[in-house]
Amino acid sequence: MPGPHAPDTGQEILGIDGISVALSGRQILDDIRFSIRAGELAGLIGSNGAGKTTLFRVVLALQAATTGRVLLAGRPRTRRSRLVGYVPQKILLDPDVPMRARDVVALGLDGHRPGMPLRSSGRRRLVDGMLDAVGALGFADARVGHLSGGEQQRVLIAHALVSRPKLLLLDEPLANLDLRSEQEVVELLARIAGEQRIAVLISAHDMNPLLPVMDRIVYLADGRAVSGTVDEVVRSEVLSDLYRHPVDVLRVHGRILVVGGPRVAAHRSPEVFADSEVRLL
Amino acid sequence: MSGILRWVFEPGLFGSAAVGVAVLVGGAVAVVSGTVGVLTVIRGQSFAGHALADVGATGGSGAFLIGLNPLWGFVGVAVVAAGIMESVGVRRPRGRDLATGIVLGAGLGLAALFLYWDTTWSNTTGASMTVLFGSMFVIDGSTVPVVIGFSVFVLAVVVLLYRMLLLSSLHPDLAAARGVPVRLVGIGYLAALAVTVSLSAMTIGAVLSTALLVGPAATALRLTKRPGWAMAVSAAIAVAATWLGILLAYDSYYWPPLQRGWPVSFFVVVLVFAAYLLTHLPGTGPRRAPGPVSLVNTRKEA
Repeated sequence: MPGPHAPDTGQEILGIDGISVALSGRQILDDIRFSIRAGELAGLIGSNGAGKTTLFRVVLALQAATTGRVLLAGRPRTRRSRLVGYVPQKILLDPDVPMRARDVVALGLDGHRPGMPLRSSGRRRLVDGMLDAVGALGFADARVGHLSGGEQQRVLIAHALVSRPKLLLLDEPLANLDLRSEQEVVELLARIAGEQRIAVLISAHDMNPLLPVMDRIVYLADGRAVSGTVDEVVRSEVLSDLYRHPVDVLRVHGRILVVGGPRVAAHRSPEVFADSEVRLL
Repeated sequence: MSGILRWVFEPGLFGSAAVGVAVLVGGAVAVVSGTVGVLTVIRGQSFAGHALADVGATGGSGAFLIGLNPLWGFVGVAVVAAGIMESVGVRRPRGRDLATGIVLGAGLGLAALFLYWDTTWSNTTGASMTVLFGSMFVIDGSTVPVVIGFSVFVLAVVVLLYRMLLLSSLHPDLAAARGVPVRLVGIGYLAALAVTVSLSAMTIGAVLSTALLVGPAATALRLTKRPGWAMAVSAAIAVAATWLGILLAYDSYYWPPLQRGWPVSFFVVVLVFAAYLLTHLPGTGPRRAPGPVSLVNTRKEA
């Protein structure tokens, strides 16, 4: 498995510059700041409701920020950006959907265009190449709805990558995957970030599967974020400050547990706690 | 041999103007219904399709009342209803269902009133049967160009929006992130659906139009795994069922004991249903590729 890359001097691909979002009077995101460079794999870690999906929607221009800017490759993000590839959360395709894996990938190439697609060898080569890159060539002609969660995830990653974006966003790509698929998808994403020199931002409620490959962690809690390397961010004093409650960071056999301190109500980070505990078994 | 042929194609079949119109209109409508049906099933909007046809019946029966070609009534009201559904229902599936149900209820209330007036005032006793269950043999010849025109319009919309509809059926955010105007595409599709079910309401009736919309599509989805092929197969099944239905209905005028003729719509629906059942025979339908064994259930032992 590829380890974390050395601190990179690649081009800054994503710049989140003081993003705040308030929806119907509630502050969802509060002055978020971080950046990701080309070739970097970053984890956006936080429990459900921490604001991960909202932040993704802001980057994708599906949600307007109250204040702040999103910079893509140094420029303010325009409405239709080809620079961003996206894998949404929890797509499980119906078994009846008449699409093969390669049809889904081809839609990533030209799904936004009017008209029927024309058969072309160039198009087919691009699709095949991308299916190969994610290890999905073996089931390229299978119905997507019949593939396992991990296989569907690969197809959707190929769909997001085929238009050659500079930033790849994945919303909870490891949710609902079995342990082996989870590990395979993580390795795949790390390899893609390195080989294709793109920035990859992965949201997850549990940081542990990403620990071996994360160059940067963006830890989100209650709409606020700290970012840096895992060693910089996942420390008791940093996270206690973020949560505004004392928390302990425990390292057990290379895994990290964030648990509420004595004064903290257990509901603060139930996701992190519960999930990490399961992984110890 | 010629005896069998004579029995299959009863005398007068090919000379009949009514049969000619039915074959032409029925064929066009079947192609459109089969094609749009695939998108309807993929997008999970079968209920909307059925509701639009029923609401269209309000327009159809209203048109009967004032002596207009019912097709205009069907199309006009269905398209307006589609607009209302889309503007009320927004993006949540449940909101969409609710909006569809409310528009459907209101529309059917009016249809009940119009059909009552149709039968009591205007003395067009056949109105209820024609609007609700269709009758391909009484379509006016002047309707043919209009039906062909609408069919071409719907197919043009499908071709234009094809990829965007497929992309947004994977996930609306996926399409929106690529710059697809998801809302506009949805409205365009719903308008095409409204015209489609209006056309099939004209032929096999408002109540039965769902059968021609969903049946061939559902059958095709079991037979092919490519979206374009699914549309072609679905259209072919719809056309076959419609033409065969016309033939059987014509023949049924000679069937004992009554020799009164059975309705076309009945045969079309039965044939569509039979085709669907055939794909459920053992050995047919989509096969599941043998995938790697999942580890989910063995997590504890790991």
